[in-house]
Parts: sequence; structure tokens; C-alpha cells
Amino acid sequence: MCTVCGCGDLVTADGKVMSHDEAHRLGLAHSHAHAFRPDATPLPFPHVHAAGGGHGTDHHHYGTGAAGVSVPGLSQARLIEVETSILAKNDAIATANRRVLNALGVLALNLVSSPGSGKTTLLCKTIEALAGAPLAVIEGDQQTSADADRIRATGARAIQINTGKGCHLDAQMVGHAIDDLRPRPGSYLFIENVGNLVCPAAFDLGEDAKVAILSVTEGEDKPLKYPDMFTAARLAVLNKLDLAPHCDADLDAYAANLRRVNPGIEIIALSARTGAGMDVWLDWLRARLAEKAA
Amino acid sequence: MHEMSLAEGIRTIVQDQARAHGFARVTVLRLEIGRFAGVEKSALAFAFDVTMRGSPAEGARLEMIDLPGRALCYDCMKTVEIDDRLAPCPDCGGGKLIPEGGDEMRIKDMEVL
Repeated sequence: MCTVCGCGDLVTADGKVMSHDEAHRLGLAHSHAHAFRPDATPLPFPHVHAAGGGHGTDHHHYGTGAAGVSVPGLSQARLIEVETSILAKNDAIATANRRVLNALGVLALNLVSSPGSGKTTLLCKTIEALAGAPLAVIEGDQQTSADADRIRATGARAIQINTGKGCHLDAQMVGHAIDDLRPRPGSYLFIENVGNLVCPAAFDLGEDAKVAILSVTEGEDKPLKYPDMFTAARLAVLNKLDLAPHCDADLDAYAANLRRVNPGIEIIALSARTGAGMDVWLDWLRARLAEKAA
Repeated sequence: MHEMSLAEGIRTIVQDQARAHGFARVTVLRLEIGRFAGVEKSALAFAFDVTMRGSPAEGARLEMIDLPGRALCYDCMKTVEIDDRLAPCPDCGGGKLIPEGGDEMRIKDMEVL
């Protein structure tokens, strides 16, 4: 028996029966049952040595991998270190979006909230108040172009993205929308995400900041229930301030809970409907745009 | 949440890796999921099985490794490990913590044939 591989000692090579060691010494192609590891039992199927293959350092040995066989085009079982973020593709596109927007000095804000917080009303009033400042809007919804229609009615340019089954906008959708919108240098780009306080938190779109919009009718504990979104946001807009007395909203509790999940978050309370507090929001926008231009 | 999108991301990476490394089949795929990643593991496992059909990772075993949640405490300015997103600082009891790690979701490695 071969002391190296443990296979039977007689093989057929070059049409002759000879010892396995002799076949290797003569450099003849031969086949025999073979163990793929020194400590393993011989494999039940024949093992082929290439001509010239030996058990020395120049040994051309097939079938030594975990699979035990050699199949052209297939590799042996092995471990591939990947260490890649699952969202790597989205993040790469988001980085590209950000590069384009930075080059243009465009302030891109990703507006996130639950459905019904008043995002679109806030946007319409904001567009009116910014009075002619260059801006564009990307509207994300599962279905309908209702929101983009409302934005366009103000005279602003808007692209509606319907995500279909999707629960969030991703960087590729926004990248295509930016290509079509061609935002003007030094303009605002408002991205109204799908109304959803969970999924959009994880998807970078290339924006400068996420702005979470929360209405006073939603409950003071909402930031605690959906901490990821409020952690990811730079600013929280507390909307529908005019309704606060009617639903016993505790504005201090809203602020405390927002700061509990994100100690650094900025908070602006306003009513898009009555206009109360809108000047603070508009000043915030102008300051962020000025930072981009600097 | 968006586990289906994540599974589609995994499929894309598997296909890219299969081209780059010339393998035909993934037998085991290991993910690292941070405690604050917002990933529902059972939903991801379901989405994985469905999404990998017809890819090299069809039938692969999915293993998920939990990574701890890390946060910076604004009161004692230390980075601490916390289990719960709203847990107080284990060192000083402070309540103002900002997550610093634990939102990872990445493919660590895979065993392939």
C-alpha cells in the first residue's frame, strides 16, 4: 500500500500492471482508489493522476479538496470571506447621488414620517413660502400620482415614484429621478419618502439629512416605538401644532421622547395649516442651503 | 420591514461573488446582524429561501450571527454595550444614548462548492 495516500499497491499504467510507486517513478498516468487526506480512508471511486504526477512537491493532485472530486469549471468547497454590507449596492449608488448633488450645491432632504403626518401639505406650504427659490420634489408612494399632482399645482417640478410593493425609496430610484429632474445648482431637492417609519431608515438615498415629520395627533410615545427613524433624522418637525389643544398633546413629552432616542436631534414645532412656526422651518432650510453653497 | 429587499441584496452579492470566484453553489451563508439593524431574523430567513431560488445559494443554509448594540452615553461620554435600544447606560444610568454600532447587516462569509 502506498504510504502517502493509502491506496492499493497495484495499478495499471501504460497498459501494464505495476506497483503504484513504480508508476509514479516512471511518471506514468494511472488511476486507482485514493484517499484525499492522509487520515482518511480510500475513496470508493477511481482517482486519476495526471501523467508525471507524483507524491512529491511537483505532484499534480486532483480531487484533494473537500468535495473529493475534481470537476472542470467547478472549484472545491471553500470559505469565501465576503465582509460586504447587504446594502453595499444601495450605499454605492447613494454615494454617487451625493457626489452629484454636492457638485451642484443642491440641498437634498429626505422627508420621512408615518402616512398622514402632513408631509405633502408641509411641502406645498414650504414651496409657496420659498417663493420662487429653485427647487424640485421627488414623491414616493406605493400607488397614485396624487402627491406629485399636488406639488405640481404649486408650480414646482415633481417626479412621482410609485414603489409598487416596495415600502421605501432606494438610492437607484432616486438616482434615476435626479437624472430626469436635473436639479438646478444651488436648489432645494425635497424627497418625500413612502409614509413608513420603519424601512426608509436603513436606505441612504444620498441626501444631506433626513427630516422626520411627526404630527401632534400621533402620540407622544411614537419616537420610542419607532426609534430607528428618529435616530437617523437630523431634524424632527412636529406638525399640526394647531391641533395640540384638541388632543391634549404634551409637547414637552414629544421633545423628551425624541431626545431620548436621539440626544442630538433638532426639533421645530409648527402648523403647516395655520403657518405658525413656519418661519423657523424656513430659516432652517435657508441656513442648510447656505452651508451647501459655502 | 424590508427583509425582501435585503434578501435581494444578498442574491446580488452571491451572484457577483460566484462570477468573481468561479463557484457554482453556496452551501452555507453567514450573516452578521447587529442588534439595532432592525432586521426581523425569521422574516429574513423566509425571504432568503424564496429569493435564492434559481441562484447559486438556492438551498443554502443561512446562519445569522448577532452583533451587540453599542452606544455612546452623552452623560458619561463612554461607549457602552446595550441590549435594548432604549436601555439606560449600564455604567452611569444615564438615559441619553446614541447608537454607535450594532446596525450592521453584512455577509461575513460563505462556504461554496
